[in-house]
Amino acid sequence: MRFKARVLEPAEIERAMRRIAHEIIEKNKGVGDLALVGIHTRGIPLAERLADLIERFEGVRPPVGVLDITLYRDDLSEIGVQPRVRETRIPWDVTGRPVVLVDDVLFTGRTARAALDALVDLGRPKRVYFAVLVDRGHRELPIRADFVGKNLPTSMQEVVKVKLRETDGEEGVELWER
Amino acid sequence: MGALTHLLDFAGWERAQAESLLETARMMEEVLERPMKKVPALKGFTVATVFFEPSTRTKISFELAARRMSADVVGFTGAGSSLAKGESFKDTLLTLQAMALDAYVIRAPVAGMAHQAARWLEGAVVNAGDGRRAHPTQALLDAYTLLDDLETLEGRKVAIVGDVAHSRVARSNAELLPLLGAEVWAAGPAGLLPERLPGARLTTDLDEALEDADAVMVLRLQRERMDEGALPSLREYVAEYQVTEARLARAKPDAPLLHPGPMNRDVELEGTLADGPRSRVERQVRAGEAVRMAVLYHLLVGRAA
Repeated sequence: MRFKARVLEPAEIERAMRRIAHEIIEKNKGVGDLALVGIHTRGIPLAERLADLIERFEGVRPPVGVLDITLYRDDLSEIGVQPRVRETRIPWDVTGRPVVLVDDVLFTGRTARAALDALVDLGRPKRVYFAVLVDRGHRELPIRADFVGKNLPTSMQEVVKVKLRETDGEEGVELWER
Repeated sequence: MGALTHLLDFAGWERAQAESLLETARMMEEVLERPMKKVPALKGFTVATVFFEPSTRTKISFELAARRMSADVVGFTGAGSSLAKGESFKDTLLTLQAMALDAYVIRAPVAGMAHQAARWLEGAVVNAGDGRRAHPTQALLDAYTLLDDLETLEGRKVAIVGDVAHSRVARSNAELLPLLGAEVWAAGPAGLLPERLPGARLTTDLDEALEDADAVMVLRLQRERMDEGALPSLREYVAEYQVTEARLARAKPDAPLLHPGPMNRDVELEGTLADGPRSRVERQVRAGEAVRMAVLYHLLVGRAA
């Protein structure tokens, strides 16, 4: 793969997350029963960061859960490798509360669909928002994000690499060519 | 080692593979704790439970495990089937195969039947117990239950007590537990010990096996064996080999107590222990469902490609 461009620097990621945190508070009219759910892998630190920022702005930290969508993928019977099932841990009641699903990249929409299925199996949220750091387009399902850090038009040959200090030891978003 | 194609026994298994399967089981148990105990992972797959020998818990456990992951399940039991009309074991399996099933969970009274089936069938074969030979999912659920209490099996002493010679559970545990680092002791009267049990130290001295044990696994006394003369008398067995409160005092304090069931209360195990705080019998049943979900997941997902 060939490196093409660095799309977001650490400070820009930080700014994008701050803006999303403000937008969440505004759209939800405060924090109330709000809760965040990070989708494995990089959605988890992003959800934690959003919770920290919301606490800084509003004085209340919404609870954060962890969601693995492996058992909900719609391509499980077709793929050649067996994906590792990871932890799902949502130690609070999903039912009746607004929930923000958080992921790093929104692409075909299939992960988001699986996450929605997984989430509603755990309870009946009052409503579900979807927040992503990067929306790279190429949707295969009618899904859109409520909160987007950066809209990044890409070609199918391009690969978006999100690196976060919690998971990768470094921070930044890069565009690569296959 | 590549992906799991069948689960027949633990021959050729590596520690990492066993650990990965037990880790998946841990995730599957979380599914069982949800209000909605079902995920779509095996949607479109069909699992057959083919039981040529009676079973309650293993059969239900496998069927539930498959259904929890949205697989379709067909059940077959030897009694009342065409087997009774003289159809051979092989023809029965080939008939099932013609129905395009993806996995076959096979319980058979004769050792090696699951291995034979794996040669005939295109789908994944899970050995749900073949004669005295192996019962790998029981060993996996035992290991899973032990890890709950002991966190690691590295250097732990596990005592398996009772009718070791006729026990496929003992045989599979003696294969799996050492793979995970445990030291396995098997104790029973001379008539109920095999000549050798790879992976385990054999002894007729129950106290020696229980001494400082980190866990104790009690096997069912297969009373029908008494007619074979393997045992002098039930009373003698109870006096010498029943696991009692007093004998268990030799093991580590809080050492968990396992039993694969069905249990003969007050025969192999003192009745009060069966319901006591050390008993993990119910935990084993629960673990069994999670472990079997993990086994079916590892066998089926990614197989079609």
